[in-house]
This record gives sequence, C-alpha cells and structure tokens, in this order.
Amino acid sequence: MAIQARDVTQSELKMREPTVALAATGVRKEFRSARVLPGGGSSVRAVDDVSLEVWRGEIYGLLGANGSGKSTLIRLFSTLLTPDAGQVRVFGRDIGRDELAVKRMINRVSVEASFFKKLSAMENLVYAGRLYGVPPEISRPKIRSILGRLGIAQARLNEPLEKLSRGMQQKVAIARAFLTAPMLLLLDEPTTGLDIRSKREVQTFVRDLRDEHDATILLTTHDLDEAARLADRIGILHQGRLVAEGTPAELAARHGGGTLEDVFMTATGRRLDEADDTSGETGA
Amino acid sequence: MIANVGAQLGLAYAFVEREIALSKRYWAWEIVWLVYGIVTSLSVAYIALGAPAITGGGLAQADVSRFVLYLLVGTITWRFLGLIFEQMGETIAWERWEGTIEYTFMAPVPRLTHLAGMCGATLVRALGFSVAILAAVALFVPVDLSHANVASALALLATGAVAFIGLAIGSAVFPLLWTEKGLQMAYIVQAVVLLVSGVYYETTILPAWMQVLSFISPATYVIRGMRAALLDGADLAAVWPNLWPALLVGAVSIPLGLRIFLWAERHAKRTGRLKRSG
Repeated sequence: MAIQARDVTQSELKMREPTVALAATGVRKEFRSARVLPGGGSSVRAVDDVSLEVWRGEIYGLLGANGSGKSTLIRLFSTLLTPDAGQVRVFGRDIGRDELAVKRMINRVSVEASFFKKLSAMENLVYAGRLYGVPPEISRPKIRSILGRLGIAQARLNEPLEKLSRGMQQKVAIARAFLTAPMLLLLDEPTTGLDIRSKREVQTFVRDLRDEHDATILLTTHDLDEAARLADRIGILHQGRLVAEGTPAELAARHGGGTLEDVFMTATGRRLDEADDTSGETGA
Repeated sequence: MIANVGAQLGLAYAFVEREIALSKRYWAWEIVWLVYGIVTSLSVAYIALGAPAITGGGLAQADVSRFVLYLLVGTITWRFLGLIFEQMGETIAWERWEGTIEYTFMAPVPRLTHLAGMCGATLVRALGFSVAILAAVALFVPVDLSHANVASALALLATGAVAFIGLAIGSAVFPLLWTEKGLQMAYIVQAVVLLVSGVYYETTILPAWMQVLSFISPATYVIRGMRAALLDGADLAAVWPNLWPALLVGAVSIPLGLRIFLWAERHAKRTGRLKRSG
C-alpha cells in the first residue's frame, strides 16, 4: 500500500502540541532463562537501547515483526516490567518513582482481551471503572455509549464474556481502556485476529477518540496498512532496536520513497511477512 | 485524609464486588464446595458418634457428645481458616488463570488496598460457608453448645483470621515466583499446617519435629482455644494463653507477608513473570 498523504511533519506536530506525553531514554530489557546447570541458561535482549518520544495528542505507531520487542516495550511503559537500564517518563513522571501517578494516566489494550470470562461485559467494565475511581453511576451509561459506538448491541452487555466472539471481546477491551479516560493509551496489536469489518470499526473509533478526547496513543502493530492508516508518526522496531522513525512521508523520503513495506524492508533488511515467519513467538 | 480513606475503601470494595459476582456466576462450583464441606464435617462427626462401637463400647454418652463437639470444632474452624488460606493464596493464581493479572497490577490501586479488598471478600465467603456448614451439620448430629462461651470463640476466630491472612499473603507469592508450580507449593503449605495444628487430635501425640511446626502454626492455638471456649465455656481470660500466640503470629505475619508480596511483585516485574500465561 502506498503511504497516504497525511503529511504532518514533525515540526508541525511539535508546533501544534509540544508537550511530551511519553519519553523513553536508552531503555533496555533482557530476559534470562532458568539455569538448570551451573553456567547454563541463556539471555535474550528484547529491548535494546530504545529512545523515543510521543507527543501529546499524537498517534505513534510502533511497527515490527513478531518478537521484535513491541509488546515488551508496551509492558515496560505500562509498569508491568521494570527496565534493566534507561528511563521512562509519562507526562514528566518517572514510571519507577511515581508508579501510582503514572498508572492513573495510562491504560492499555493487549492482543488478548483478558477478562473474567464468566462475568458479563457490564460487570467486567464496572469493575474496571471502580479500579480507576469511576463509580458505577458514571461508568454504566458511559459503557453503554462506548460499546454502542463499537457496534455491540445492548442485549449482549449482560451475557458472560465467554459467549461473545473474539472480535466483540476485543471491542470490550477497547471500551475498558477508554472508560477510564487515559491521557496515554497503549494499544498492543488491538486489531490482531479481528475480521476486516471489526478492524475498521476499531480503527475509526481510535481515530475519533483521539480527535474528541485529546488522548495520546501508542499503537503497536505488524499490520502495515493499520500503521499507515492510523499513525501520525511511525517507529520501526527490529530485534529490539528502533531502526527508523518519522512521519510516513518522512520515512518514505528518507528510505527512497514508495510504500511503507519498502521502508520496512530498507530499514530492517527483510520483508515484514518474512520477518514474522522467521522470528517465531518469543513473547517479546 | 478521610477522603483518601474513603477512596481506598471504594477501591477495595471493587474486589469484594467482583468476588461476589464471580461466586454468583460460578454458583454450581460454590454448591460443590459447600456440599463437600458439609459432607466432610458430617463424616468426621459420625466417626465420633461411632466411637463406642469402634473402641468396643467403652465410652459413656457424655464422652461421645464431647468427642463429637471436639471433632466438629476442629473441622469447622479448620474449614474457616482453610478457606481464608485458599482464597487469599489463590489471589495471583486465579487472576493468572483468568488472564486478568496484568490489568489488576496495572490499575492505580495500592497493593495494600488490593489485598485488603481480597481479604474482605475472603472473610465474607469463609464466614458464610462456615455458618452454613455448622447449621447443616446441626440438622443431622446433636451438637451441645450449652456450655459455649461465644465471645471467646468469636475473639479466637477473628484472631485466627488475621493470622491466616498474613500467612496466606505470604503464600500467594509462590505463583508470582514460580509461575508453573507456585500454587501447588501453597497447597502443600496448607496441608502441612493441617497436619501439625491438631485439627482432629491433640498435638502432643505428634513426633517431636512436627510439634516444633505445631508450635509456630497459629491454627494450633486457635483450635485449642476454640475447644476450650465451646466445650468448657472458657472466658477470654482463660483462653488468653491461646489467644496471644495467635495474635503474635498475626502481628508478625501480616507485615511480613505484605513485605514478601511487594518484594515478589518487584521480582516478577524484573524477570517478566507478571504475565497472564506465566
């Protein structure tokens, strides 16, 4: 697909909204396997010296193959992992020192919907709202509104989540994140496994909510079309390193024009689908 | 200050409400556990009722009644403490199984508030189960509580609950540290506590090395005190020798359990174990 001409330059973005929502500096994360024998065990560097900034109101797309470190980075930003080195700040707050304050500002949608399966969408979301200090009298109408926009019928809200399709569950997961009005939303492959129609609905919803609620969004994906469609700026992650970054137009210009796929290939030395095939699932 | 306490109570209540909703949705399993609890306690009571036949008829009726109550106090008190241990001990394992663990640990809820909410939910369930089991057993077996000192019994139960909450919080970290086998370790701890705490017998009959373990188990003191209160009507002063060791274990185990939990959480975040799939 050709990179569409949503040509917002970095300088224009900075002029429009100069606040840094997320700043990562020299972030590194390594995982070690258990040592069965003395001297045994191995380590994998999932994130290798990554520095990036996401500006307020921006949708930043982090593009990479399976195992490139996208999910590890998201889990570092969402306080579920502590970095081995480097610093992460969310709206100026250090995620280690001001963990609770950072948690109030962020929310995350992961590739798995992750709910109490026997509870209904309404029960799960009311519970999630309570955890962020949103009382049920406020959360209930908001839940109906958000899920309505995502195309989930009111009649399904009280069914156990395990009875809803994968696509519907993912929409409920997105509703959970937006319910708490996060200043920084971390979307970890939110449309993976969805059918085309659901994928488009979710993408439209993400764009609309950014425009309406001034949310900042960091989106990881290995879908080139999604990155081109949604992101103001794109970072390409390869083997844990950020190997390219810029607006779609800047990336195209820097890497000889053409499609985002061409850019990915120039930056990483391989096609995205090939990288997916060979990397396997590392959990990174 | 008061507003903050109110906010924390609101956050803690989220966990109570969630657990109640889960109990409703898993109602069939709740009935299974309840029936299992009633049947186990009844079986133990029938062992006591059958004691004259088992021992060749050398027991007077008064001794049989006392033996029935002796065993019932042990089994129902253990059921209460065991439920607290199990449910608190499964705090991590259950959420990992449901796949919600990352969302719970990502939420802006202080860990103390999270665990306090889980304690509240656990106490509601354990009390409900224990009362239901006692009521059901009383329908089948004559239970003589005419000498019981209820105030002493309630004080001992409350103290035992506090002590077990501390132990359970400490055991809940096993699944954080060992994602595959952590829960099994917690169950082994629970089984050992059952063995050494004199639930069905006096701890004096145990081998010396087991008596060392019974000395540090809070259940030993709670069950011994409960028997004194419900069989012999012992007042608070009389059960104090059993109350203070349990209080001491609670005073040590809760802050220690919390500290261990917070350490394990930091360790899990360093090593990547705070994942839904382990």
